[in-house]
Amino acid sequence: MSQSCRLDSGGRIDRSKVLQFTFDGKSYTGFKGDTLASALLANGVKLLGRSFKYHRPRGLIAAGSEEPNALMQLENGAYTEPNTRATCIELYDGLVANSQNRWPSLGFDVGAINSSVARFLPAGFYYKTFMWPASMWMTYEKFIRKAAGLGVSPTEPDPDVYHSRYATCDVLVIGGGPAGLAAATAAAGSDARVMLIDEQSEFGGSTLGAAAVPEVASWVAASTAALAANNNVTLLPRTTVTGYFDYNYLTAVEKVTDHLGPGNGGTAPRQRFWKIRASRVVIAAGSIERPLVFADNDRPGIMLANAVSTYINRFGVLPDQNIVVFTNNDSAYRTAVDAARSGATVTMVDTRAEVSAELTRVLQQHKVKQFTGHAISSVQGTKGVKAVRIMPLSADGKSLQGQAWEINCGIVANSGGWTPSVHMFSQSGGKLQYDNSIEGFVPDPAKAKRINPGFSVGACNGSFATGDCIAEGAQAGRQAVEACGFVASDVAMPELTDALNDTGMGGIAALWLVPTVHPVGEGPAKHFHDFQNDVTAADIHLAAREGYLSVEHLKRYTTTGMATDQGKTSNLNALAIMAEIRGAQIPEVGTTTFRPPFTPLTFGAIGGQESKDLFLQERHTPMHQCHVQNNAVFEDVGDWKRPWYFPHSGEDMHAAVQRETLSVRTDVGMLDASTLGKIDIQGADAAEFLEMIYTNNWKKLAIGNCRYGLMLNEHGMIFDDGVTTRLGEHHYHMTTTSGGAARVLNWLEEWLQTEWPEKQVYCTSVTEQWAVVALNGPKARDLLATLSDIDLSKEAFPFMSMREGQVAGIPARVYRISFTGELAYEINVPARFGRQLWETLQEAGKPFNLCHYGTEAMHVLRAEKGFIIVGQDTDGTVTPADMDMDWIVSKTKPDFLGKRSFLRSDTARDDRQQLVGLLTTDPTVVLMEGAHIVQEIKDAPPMTTIGRVTSSYMSPNLERSFALGMLKNGLARKGETVQLSLMNGDAVEALVTDPVFIDKEGVRVRG
Amino acid sequence: MKAYSLFSLARNAMSYHRNWQRAWRSPDPKKHYDVVIIGGGGHGLATAYYLATQCGISNVAVLEKGWLGGGNTGRNTTIVRSNYLLDASAGMYEHAVKLWEGLSQELNYNVMFSQRGLLHLAHSVHDMQEIGRRGNAIHLNGIDSEFLTPAQVKEMLPIINLDCHYPVMGGLLQRRGGTARHDAVAWGYARGADAAGVDIIQNCEVTGMRIENNQVVGVDTSRGFIGAGKVGSVAAGHSSVIAEMAGFKLPIECYPLQALVSEPVKPIIDCVVMSNGIHVYVSQSDKGELVVGAGSDAYNSYSQRGSYDFIEHTVGPLCELFPLFSRLRMLRQWAGIVDVTVDRSPILSKTSVKNLFFNCGWGTGGFKATPGSGHAFAHSIAAGEMNAIAAPFSIDRFNTGALIDEGAAAAVAH
Repeated sequence: MSQSCRLDSGGRIDRSKVLQFTFDGKSYTGFKGDTLASALLANGVKLLGRSFKYHRPRGLIAAGSEEPNALMQLENGAYTEPNTRATCIELYDGLVANSQNRWPSLGFDVGAINSSVARFLPAGFYYKTFMWPASMWMTYEKFIRKAAGLGVSPTEPDPDVYHSRYATCDVLVIGGGPAGLAAATAAAGSDARVMLIDEQSEFGGSTLGAAAVPEVASWVAASTAALAANNNVTLLPRTTVTGYFDYNYLTAVEKVTDHLGPGNGGTAPRQRFWKIRASRVVIAAGSIERPLVFADNDRPGIMLANAVSTYINRFGVLPDQNIVVFTNNDSAYRTAVDAARSGATVTMVDTRAEVSAELTRVLQQHKVKQFTGHAISSVQGTKGVKAVRIMPLSADGKSLQGQAWEINCGIVANSGGWTPSVHMFSQSGGKLQYDNSIEGFVPDPAKAKRINPGFSVGACNGSFATGDCIAEGAQAGRQAVEACGFVASDVAMPELTDALNDTGMGGIAALWLVPTVHPVGEGPAKHFHDFQNDVTAADIHLAAREGYLSVEHLKRYTTTGMATDQGKTSNLNALAIMAEIRGAQIPEVGTTTFRPPFTPLTFGAIGGQESKDLFLQERHTPMHQCHVQNNAVFEDVGDWKRPWYFPHSGEDMHAAVQRETLSVRTDVGMLDASTLGKIDIQGADAAEFLEMIYTNNWKKLAIGNCRYGLMLNEHGMIFDDGVTTRLGEHHYHMTTTSGGAARVLNWLEEWLQTEWPEKQVYCTSVTEQWAVVALNGPKARDLLATLSDIDLSKEAFPFMSMREGQVAGIPARVYRISFTGELAYEINVPARFGRQLWETLQEAGKPFNLCHYGTEAMHVLRAEKGFIIVGQDTDGTVTPADMDMDWIVSKTKPDFLGKRSFLRSDTARDDRQQLVGLLTTDPTVVLMEGAHIVQEIKDAPPMTTIGRVTSSYMSPNLERSFALGMLKNGLARKGETVQLSLMNGDAVEALVTDPVFIDKEGVRVRG
Repeated sequence: MKAYSLFSLARNAMSYHRNWQRAWRSPDPKKHYDVVIIGGGGHGLATAYYLATQCGISNVAVLEKGWLGGGNTGRNTTIVRSNYLLDASAGMYEHAVKLWEGLSQELNYNVMFSQRGLLHLAHSVHDMQEIGRRGNAIHLNGIDSEFLTPAQVKEMLPIINLDCHYPVMGGLLQRRGGTARHDAVAWGYARGADAAGVDIIQNCEVTGMRIENNQVVGVDTSRGFIGAGKVGSVAAGHSSVIAEMAGFKLPIECYPLQALVSEPVKPIIDCVVMSNGIHVYVSQSDKGELVVGAGSDAYNSYSQRGSYDFIEHTVGPLCELFPLFSRLRMLRQWAGIVDVTVDRSPILSKTSVKNLFFNCGWGTGGFKATPGSGHAFAHSIAAGEMNAIAAPFSIDRFNTGALIDEGAAAAVAH
C-alpha cells in the first residue's frame, strides 16, 4: 500500500504535489516537502542500510544532519553521490537512491557474517592479527579494503558547477531556530548587515518538528518575513556553517539546487561556498538528542524521540501504530503525546523512578501506559523491531531485576538527553564546561576566544525552553549589533502557554549505559553508542582494559566518533561510559577536538569555480595568438604558456629544434621573451640595495648600461640571475628568470620590509607591462635597422647597453644583451604593442631568413655558449664558485646577501661539485638529463655518484651531442674521462670539458 | 608480554575479552634512569624500544606531556617512502623502509605497512628533469625507482585526468613506498618498549633540565625530578623549548601543516599519488577515506590549525587531477605543527651539553622515518657517538654549511 504510514492530515508537506522516487530499484511516492527519509518512512520502509563493520541491518535514527545510519548512494552515473544522509535529501521527482555497503542485497547481505563472528572482531582486532605470514598482509588488506568503505565513488567527472564567494557582515547568526531568529531580529533594523544561516530548507529550527504551537508558529513566520523584507539582511536557508576560523572567518556551504534534482538547476551552481568575515557572531546552533545505550539499540525502528516527533509533526508520518518511548528525561514525553494524538498505542518506559505528577497526568490523558524506574532489557527483531522486553532498574542503575514485561512495538523512540551543539564555539577557540543539570558540555563564557568572541545562545548554550531561547537570542543579538556601533531592535515575545512544549528537556537522570542481565559485552546483545562505526560499550571497556584511556586513544583505538557523523550522537555517551569505567568525572576524561567541517563538505564546493579552465589560470603573452597561428607547441613555464618549438609541416620536435637552433647562428631568429620577470626599482637607495642583493658591484654602472647579476640566498647558494639596467640616477630595470619573477619580488620585499625598512627603495613588478622580442643572430642588426631610428652601430650602441627609440613605429627600449652568444637585441615595447611588433618583425624578417624559435632552441643555444639556467644547471646547493663564476663575486664589497656563508668550511671547500662540459665518446649519444656520473661502474647499484648531467642536447652547430653537468672537483678534471651509469644498466663514457662550446672569446656577441 | 595472534584473539573471545593485558603499563617514575627520552611520539618510543631491545639499556623512561602519539605521529598522512635525492637522506629513509618491512612482526603489532606504491607525477619539463635526476640518484643508491610514461601512469591509475591543466608528462614510481597505520606505530612501539622494561610516563611534562659541569644529570618534570645518565630529546615542535632549558638555541621554526580526509568510499585509488607540480598528495586508507595532504602555512605558529586557503588550494588541484572526486566530501580537516630546519632535513645530534642528545627538525617528513630515526638515535645514544646513518644530520652542519638541502636540490616538498 502506498504511503501506509502517512497520516491523513498535518505536516508541512504539500499533499497536492506527488513525487515519484525509487529506493533499491523499487518505486515509491512521497510529497513535496518530504525528505527522502520521511518519504521512505511514510512508505513503511524501515531497513535502510547496513553498518560499517558488522553489516547489521540499520534504519533511521534521526531526522536531521546527525543521522549516522541512513546513508544513501544517491543517483547514478556521473551524478552519483555516496554516503548521503537520507534525512538531508529533500525529495524531488524522479529521485533514485540505493542502499550501500551490502551485497548482494540489503535484505540478504553476505557481509552480515561479520555479525555472527563479531565476538572475534572486537575494537582494534586488526592490530592483533593479519601478521602471518608477513607476505600475506597485502592480500588480507585487499579484502579488508573491499569490505570497508561505504558508498561508491563516482567514476565519471562531476558534471555540476560550483561557486564560491566572499562576504562580510556585521552580525552573523548561525542557526535559524527561535534563538537565532530572535538574535537576527534584534541585530537587524538599523543599518547593520546581518546574515542568518540555517541548514534546513525553512527557518524555525526545532519548532518545525514540534507539535504546532500557534503562537510560536506565527512568531516564527512573522520574524522570518520581517527579516526577509530587510535589505540589510541576508537569509541563507539550506546552508550549513561548516567551520569557524580565526578572527571570525567562517565558511558555509549553500545547497543551491540539490533539492531540484540532478541537471535541473539551470545555470545556477549546484552548491555555493561562502567565506564570511563577520564582526560579531551569534551561535544558535541548537542541540542534538543522544540515544540511550541499551541492548541491541541499533535495530531498525529504534529512533531518537525527537525524530519520531518530527516525522509525525513535520511530515505527517506515523512510523508505526505501536510505539514505545524510552527516556531518562522529560522531553520524550512530548513524543509520547505526539504519537498518541496521532492514534498510536504508546507505552512510556522511563528509567527514572520519580517523574512529575503533571507528566504522568498528561500521559493518562492520552492513554499512554507508563512504566517508571524501568528499562529495556532486550529487543526482538533483527531487520525491524518487533517487541521489547522491559524490566525494573535497580536504584543505582547498574542492574535489572524483577518482573519483565514484553511490549509489542515497531518503533522505540528513545532519548538519553540533549547535547548542545558546541562545535562552532569550540572551533572558535572557546573552552567548554560540564553542566551537571543538563548532563552535557556547554560553552564556558569565561573561556571564550579573546577577540570579538561569539555569543552562544539557546540550546547550544544549554537553554532548551523556547522562551529562554528567544530571550537569550534577543539579548545576544542586541549586544552583538551594539558592539558593531549600531542600534538594536526590540524583539516581540510570543505568548507561550503550552507548558509541555516549553519546558525544554526537563529533568534528566543520567543513565549512560542501560544494563542487561549479562555483564557488558558478555550477553548476546550489543550496546551501540557509535552506530555507523559499530562501536559498542564493550569496546570502550576493552580499550580501557588495554590502557587506551586517554579520550584520544579511546577514539582512535575504537574509532568512536570517527564516522561520517563525527560522533554527533555518540561522543558524550562514549566519554561518559569511559568516565564510569575510570571512576572519573566526565570533564576529567575531556573531549576530543571539534574539527571542521560540521557536516561533510563537497570537494567541488571548496574548489568553487576555480576548476577546469579557471583552475590556475594560464598566463599568455601579448603575442600568444601569433604563436598559435605559427603552429607553436607550447611548454608550461610556471603558469605561462611559452612556445616550445615551431614545427614546420612534417617536422617532429627534434627536427624543428635543430632547424631553429641552426638558423639563429647562421641568420637571425626571434623569441618571445615577454615572460622574463621584470621589476622596476626606484629610490635614493636603489644602488645600495642592488649592492646587497647581487654579488657584484652596481654603484659605478653608468646610466643606460646593463649588467648581469647573480642573487644568492643566505646560504650563499645561487637563487636567481638576470640582467639589470640603470635607467636613471635612482632608477633600475631588473630582469629575473621567468619562473622566479614572483619569488624574487617577494625576496626583495622581504629584505626591504623586515631588515632594511629605512632604505628608500620601491619595487614594482612590470613583467606584464612590457612585451619583449629577442632578436638573435648575425643578421639581427641588419634586420632591426630596417625598422628602427636608433643608431645601431657598434660604437653608438655597444654590447650591454640600452637605447630608447622607435621600433616599427612603436616607442621601445632596446637592450643589447644576449642569451645565445650571438649579436642580439631585446626589444621591449608596451605590452599592447607586442603583437604589432611581432607581426612587423615577422614581415620585415623575410629577406633575412628570420625564424621563430622556442624555448627548446633557446636552451640549446645558451648551453652551447655555456650559459646556465638557474633551476636547471643550478639547484639550491650551488655557489658562484661551483659555477666557475667567481669573477662575478666582489672581493671588495663589505657585504652582500650570502657573503658570510662563504666562510663556512663546507661552502668554501674547493672539491665541491662544479660546472663542466661533457662530451660523450660517441657523438650521437644524447645523455639523459639527470643521469649520474659514478666514481666507478659496478655490475649493480649501489654506486658512488660524483656528478650528474644538468643539460643535454644534440647541437646542429657542434654537429654532435653535448652536455653540461656538475662534477665533483670538476674544474680540476677537464680533459679527464668519466663514466655515467644509466638506469637500464648501460655505462657511457664522456670527456670532461670547458662548458663553453661556441665563441669562447665573445667575438660574435660584441660584433 | 602476551603475544597477539589469531589464536590469542580466539582464546580471548571465549572469555569475552576480559583477560587482555594492558598494552603498556602506567608506572610511577623512578628516581633515576640510564636514559630519559623526552617525547612520547613515534620517534621517541622507537628510540626507547631499540635502546631496550638492541642496545642493552632497558632502564629507560619516556616522558610524554600529553598522550602517546598525540603530536605529528597521529596527524600525518601516513606516507612511507625512501625516494630521496641526496645520499644522506636516502641512507636514513631507506634504513627506515627496511625496518618498516618487518615492523609488524618485530613488534607483534600490525602497523599495516602497505607497500602499495608511491607515484610522483611530473607535469612540466622542469618536473621531468627533477624526476629524471632523482630517479637516477635513487637507483644508484640501490633503492627501487622506475620511470613511468603517461600511458603507464594511466594504467596504474585509471581514474586520473592525464590531460589536466598541467598535463601529466611522466611519473616516478617507488613500488616499495606506501602507507602505514600511524597510531599503530606509536602503540606498537610503546607496547614493545614497555614489555622490554621501559617506563612510559604520560601526562608528565618536562619543566627544566639539570646540568652539572656541562653534563646533563636529569630533568625536572610535573611529576618531580627524574635523574638521568643520558637524555634524548625527541620533542618535535617543542624541541626549541627543551633546548632553551639546556641553554642553547636550535635553528628550527614551526609552522602549521594541514591535512584532511574524505568520507570513506569503496576502493578507488590504490597507490599513493604525489604531484608537486600542482600540489596533490593523496592516498586511500584501508577504511576507505581519501587522505589528502595540504601545504604548510607561510607563517610561524604553534597553533594546531592552519589558514583555510591552504585547504582550498589543496582540494582544487585534487579535483583537477581526479575530476570524479568533486562529488565526494571532506569529512575532517586538521593541522599539526612541523618543526623545520633551514635545510628542511632533521637534526640527530650530540649537543654542547654532555650526554644530551637531540632528535628533531623532521619537518613535513618525519612519520616515514620513525623506525629508522629511532633505531639510529638509540644506537647513537648508547654509543655516545652518532652512528653512520645519523652522522650527516649533526647540528654542526649549520656551521660548516654541509646542508642536506633536499628541498632546494630537488625543488620538492618532502
